[in-house]
Amino acid sequence: MEKQVKNEMKIEFLSKSANEAFARISVAAFASQLDPTIEEIADIKTAVSEAVTNSIIHGYASTEGIVKVKARLYEGEIEIEVSDNGAGIENIEEAREPLYTTKGNLERSGMGFTIMENFMDDLSVESIVGLGTKIVMTKKIKKETTTY
Amino acid sequence: MNVKHFMEDRLLVFEITEELDHHACEIIRRRADYEIQRFMPKRVVFDFNRVVFMDSAGIGLVIGRYKTVNGFGGKLEMMNVKDNLRRVFEMSGILKMIPVIDSLEKEKIS
Ligand SMILES: Nc1ncnc2c1ncn2[C@@H]1O[C@H](COP(=O)(O)OP(=O)(O)OP(=O)(O)O)[C@@H](O)[C@H]1O
Ligand SMILES: [Mg+2]
Repeated sequence: MEKQVKNEMKIEFLSKSANEAFARISVAAFASQLDPTIEEIADIKTAVSEAVTNSIIHGYASTEGIVKVKARLYEGEIEIEVSDNGAGIENIEEAREPLYTTKGNLERSGMGFTIMENFMDDLSVESIVGLGTKIVMTKKIKKETTTY
Repeated sequence: MNVKHFMEDRLLVFEITEELDHHACEIIRRRADYEIQRFMPKRVVFDFNRVVFMDSAGIGLVIGRYKTVNGFGGKLEMMNVKDNLRRVFEMSGILKMIPVIDSLEKEKIS
């Protein structure tokens, strides 16, 4: 059965670090329509923050560009897409390894992808060197069973 | 971030009030390094009591200061690491090298 989209949103912003908070708060506010728990919201915020930060510091590095964030709500599930037209990733598999970073000198810990994988249910990464990177992550939002 | 100096113990406490993302960590790092270099503490404590959000940037911030402080023989600790922060720290393995304390217990050191 085809999943039915309940709602959809898209935001675009300049790759300025001040927008990291804006992005995660926007997605969290949108996700609240699915009635998630506090923990689920915290997971979504952290994963969005990781993805957007990566676009800003790795994708665009010292240049400036547009970061796009899309979110789609399904019954009991949110899908979030974060994309940039930045540097791209040469070896995606290697990049997804825990502790792998190309910016150790800038105090990056190489844990971003690991956190996204752990805090969300699914993560896919597409990237072309010189063209940019798109990551799509989904999370199931459990239905609270309330008994009266 | 509020910075507290305890002169007699050569203790420096960073009480963090921001959301610890890449943006905030850049600012905090500069201030923390300035205070550390100026004060050369024996002991540095990051107090996370007021932190409501942290991503991987927080790991980088703590590891970076740990290396600096360790470099001149000081000690770094973390305090009030609540569950949401602990989950992020746990993944990185830094809880194995940096002690998490419940209170400052200033009288015990010195
Ligand atoms: N949007 C992107 N554009 C280009 N390269 C990227 C992008 N996202 C990730 N990367 C590459 O993948 C590596 C791993 O990313 P990851 O988020 O896991 O760690 P990090 O960003 O280096 O460190 P941390 O997230 O812990 O601060 C990065 O160092 C970078 O080389
Ligand atoms: Mg990252």
